[in-house]
Amino acid sequence: MTPSDIFNITLMQGFAGLSLFAVLLLMGLGLAIIFGQMGVINMAHGEFMTIGAYTVYLGSVLTAEYAPEFMPYYFPFAIVAAFFFAFIAGWLIEWGLIRFLYQRPLDTLLATWGVSLAIQQIFRTCVGPKEVSPTLPDWLLGSWAPSEGLDIPINGIFVLSLTILVTLGVVLALYRSRWGLRVRATVSNRVMANATGIDTKKTDRLTFAIGCGIAGIAGAAFTTIGSTGPTSGQLYIVDAFLVVTFGGTASLMGTVVSAFGIAQTQSISEFFLAGSMAKVLTLSVIVLILMIRPQGLFASKVRH
Amino acid sequence: MLRVKDLHVAYGQSEALHGISFSSAKKETVAIMGRNGMGKTTLFKSLIGILPIKSGSVHVGDQDITHDESFRRVAKGIAYVPQGRMIFPLLTVEENIKTGLENSKNKIIPEDIYAMFPVLWEMRRRKGGNLSGGQQQQLAIARALATDPRILLLDEPTEGIQPSIIKDIAHALNEIRKLRDITIIVSEQVLSFALDVADRLFVIEGGRMVHETARQDTDQDHIKAYLSV
Repeated sequence: MTPSDIFNITLMQGFAGLSLFAVLLLMGLGLAIIFGQMGVINMAHGEFMTIGAYTVYLGSVLTAEYAPEFMPYYFPFAIVAAFFFAFIAGWLIEWGLIRFLYQRPLDTLLATWGVSLAIQQIFRTCVGPKEVSPTLPDWLLGSWAPSEGLDIPINGIFVLSLTILVTLGVVLALYRSRWGLRVRATVSNRVMANATGIDTKKTDRLTFAIGCGIAGIAGAAFTTIGSTGPTSGQLYIVDAFLVVTFGGTASLMGTVVSAFGIAQTQSISEFFLAGSMAKVLTLSVIVLILMIRPQGLFASKVRH
Repeated sequence: MLRVKDLHVAYGQSEALHGISFSSAKKETVAIMGRNGMGKTTLFKSLIGILPIKSGSVHVGDQDITHDESFRRVAKGIAYVPQGRMIFPLLTVEENIKTGLENSKNKIIPEDIYAMFPVLWEMRRRKGGNLSGGQQQQLAIARALATDPRILLLDEPTEGIQPSIIKDIAHALNEIRKLRDITIIVSEQVLSFALDVADRLFVIEGGRMVHETARQDTDQDHIKAYLSV
């Protein structure tokens, strides 16, 4: 191998890491805003991601069946649908279950885990245990080769752009919208937010649903890099939790940085080591850093 | 405007308010005096809905709000400035005030709020947590006024604030009364402040109202006897 080969491989492997980063970040964002506001650890978050992935698959199947000429364009619409399906599912689960458990954080852990198992079984029964992949439009396939020996996959670029767009959207919504103001006031002081006229329970429901909707987008992005099965989401939930804990809860910047760090460490070391050894390495680094900084990478420094 | 009848409030098994009754007229300011631990804050928290009411009733105008959640009470015209101010430290001054605009149609901060508290206009981009105690108190009052209340509850607005600022707050409260049709209920330990702002004074002791007087008939020594430890 020449030095330029090694450079290209590092770059390509790094880019593979960026796709993982994108999915982890989208998952972590949803988890972080839900945990930040309600203190609920949503074990079913991975299943909302799977809902998004299946939505894209459904979109692909329906388009191929009824409007084949629409095939190149269905994907963006499927992403929007993925958000809304996951959003609606999240809304219903908050309304039917989570809101009764806010005073009992450990019970929400169990309850959402139960929800996760139930949704997985629904997938198995209704969609089937086999992994499926949507037919991706042609413009998502192939790669971009800026130089000899360097191939950057187009789906990776797409997923990354989508992630940046969604992340900016979330930041903008949190800091510029009425919903964002309600969320930040509620996170700061729930009782007082209620006493200034904010319907904190409605805000909780909306936040939970939006967090789940973002997981749905993560699922839509995921379909471009992997195939979807009933347990696809579960594989990502642990990593997504790591992202949130490692980044420091209630810090969006921390979520971004830690998703990047974890995904890159994982992806680059995967090339040189076996997959499981790469995982061991990533986890050891995280454990070490969390031992030194238990509050995570970014913690709020302002007095409360 | 505000009618409180036979209010009982308890923390678990131990009752803290044993049947409080009082009322206040439109545009009237009422001061509730009492030492620490006599039930002032408990009374205010139960009026805004942070503590549940065990029995008795609270009416705003002819609306019964006894069992409403806080945000519904705000929509019905009560605003609350808590003891210790409780502004949102990570939100800017402007955002803090905007949290009170939940029931406003256009979500724009009314001009008279900055006119009353010019210092908040200068500081509007700063984080609430970086303001001084007196400024935070003004911010908490501004946030409450943003809800366009008919009744303003102020729980010990002078606590931990230097004397010159206390004068300013008294002045601001009297301004608010002139500018808006508002009933003010204020709890206080500082008698001079209460006499500056209130039309009527009550004394609360051991969870009961024990004394009531109009400002002009106030026997200062009598009230001071209640307030001294």
